[in-house]
Amino acid sequence: MELLVVKKRQNYIAMFFILVALLSYGAMEVTGFEPAQALIAIPQAIVWSLSNFYPTMASIKNLPAILIKLHETVFLAIVATTTGGICAMAFALLSTKGVPVFTVMCRLIASFFRNIPDTVWAIVLLLSFGQNVISGYIALFFATFGFLTRAFVETIEEVGANSIEALEASGATYGQIVFQAIIPSCITQVVSWLLFMIETNIRSSTLVGMLTGTGIGNLFNIYYKFFDYHSASLVVIMIVIVILIIEAASNHVRRMIL
Amino acid sequence: MAFLECIDITKEYANTIALKKISFSVNKGEMVAIIGPSGAGKSTLLRCINRMIVPTAGDVIFDGVNFNTLNSAQLREQRRKIGMIFQHYNLVNRLSVVENVLHGRLGYKTTFEGIFGRYAEGEKEEAFKILARLGLEEQAYRRCDELSGGQKQRVGIARALIQEPKLMLCDEPIASLDPSSAKIIMDYLWDINKSIGITCFVNLHQVDVALKYADRIIGIRKGEVIYDGPPCALKKETIHQIYDSKTGELIMD
Ligand SMILES: Nc1ncnc2c1ncn2[C@@H]1O[C@H](COP(=O)(O)OP(=O)(O)OP(=O)(O)O)[C@@H](O)[C@H]1O
Ligand SMILES: [Mg+2]
Repeated sequence: MELLVVKKRQNYIAMFFILVALLSYGAMEVTGFEPAQALIAIPQAIVWSLSNFYPTMASIKNLPAILIKLHETVFLAIVATTTGGICAMAFALLSTKGVPVFTVMCRLIASFFRNIPDTVWAIVLLLSFGQNVISGYIALFFATFGFLTRAFVETIEEVGANSIEALEASGATYGQIVFQAIIPSCITQVVSWLLFMIETNIRSSTLVGMLTGTGIGNLFNIYYKFFDYHSASLVVIMIVIVILIIEAASNHVRRMIL
Repeated sequence: MAFLECIDITKEYANTIALKKISFSVNKGEMVAIIGPSGAGKSTLLRCINRMIVPTAGDVIFDGVNFNTLNSAQLREQRRKIGMIFQHYNLVNRLSVVENVLHGRLGYKTTFEGIFGRYAEGEKEEAFKILARLGLEEQAYRRCDELSGGQKQRVGIARALIQEPKLMLCDEPIASLDPSSAKIIMDYLWDINKSIGITCFVNLHQVDVALKYADRIIGIRKGEVIYDGPPCALKKETIHQIYDSKTGELIMD
């Protein structure tokens, strides 16, 4: 009996690997992707980057312009995260209140916003709002809202369920439960998710900026199109530095609140 | 009329019937132990009493009130007369001991007062009195995640006591504790029952503990009452019947 179970599990594992191999092969066939050619291309790409893609003294004079745009992008990411986070929290609390209608409604709405990537939102919004920072903001806001709603619901159900039950059994109202049990027990995870989302949104807002013609993404696009690879490389380096700083800062905050 | 009366309580889930027409009535001041194997429906029964789980059918009449007739505000008002204690303590770990104890007063507060944690001086004094009674006065300002399991369970008891409950529902209060902390907790529950006269329902896995502390034992198996009576009349054969075991299979044999 025991042996049979083990054997069955081994079969499942074998089947899993075969399935992954088949899927990968199928995908390569369909897309015409040649792994061998891709591998050969890597050294070429490195050589090209080393000979073109580095900042020069001339490109340093663009630094002030880059910093202004970078500031705009980082700010956009933070605002989208905080506003999206507040709405996500409201929805998560509504969805865990225990009223089935609210739960289903909130989850459907959140999953709709989550499953459309922010870049797709940006393209769709471009049509109605035009090439400006509002389209970028709304795109990031939607994606953040969708993702965080789910993250918050899971956090509340995982961390808060026990104390929610206790307070409900003692006759507390849901408002009291939210402030006395849910927020105190979930606050560290919630802050952690917000910091994670800010990091993600800085990356996304660069990409979204290329589409909506705003921020650092657009600046990169301009340098790149005018063959100013040195300035473009400076942009990339500055983005990496900012992301590293934000990551270090958020690690610091996480250590403080845990 | 009995203090607590359960009439034909039935709870059906999608593919299991957790409780089948359970009926009993309990007098004020009784200490009732519920025993039965895992999955028998002990937790479900306890939660049907305070309507944390809504029974599929049947009535719970507590202190002259039929719970089936209540709206949500009235239900909250009844619930504050019923304290509940959990196997996993269910405290807010990041708050202090005294804050957790005061949570037991939320049912008496308006939503606004509760949200901002505005408790009356008298309530705070009461919290410290109860903590002293449970031997926790030195832990009052410590965070709950710094406490041992036995201490956490005593905070759970304090949170229930400050509700000034008439009934106490305890779902396996000692299942996660070592024998000496378990004894301390059971002794406190016994003391609360005898000196304050609070009616207690205790779900237990340990038959010997049930025999020692309870005035009355309800044995359930697969959602049905197999035994309901005083501990002294509970025969070995009946215990085996409850746990579906044969002589020699239980530790007590
Ligand atoms: N939410 C649920 N959905 C479906 N079935 C459930 C649910 N909750 C409980 N059950 C089933 O109801 C039955 C009784 O469960 P209950 O938790 O009351 O048992 P218990 O006697 O408390 O067991 P234990 O001693 O392990 O705590 C079990 O068969 C369980 O699988
Ligand atoms: Mg149980």
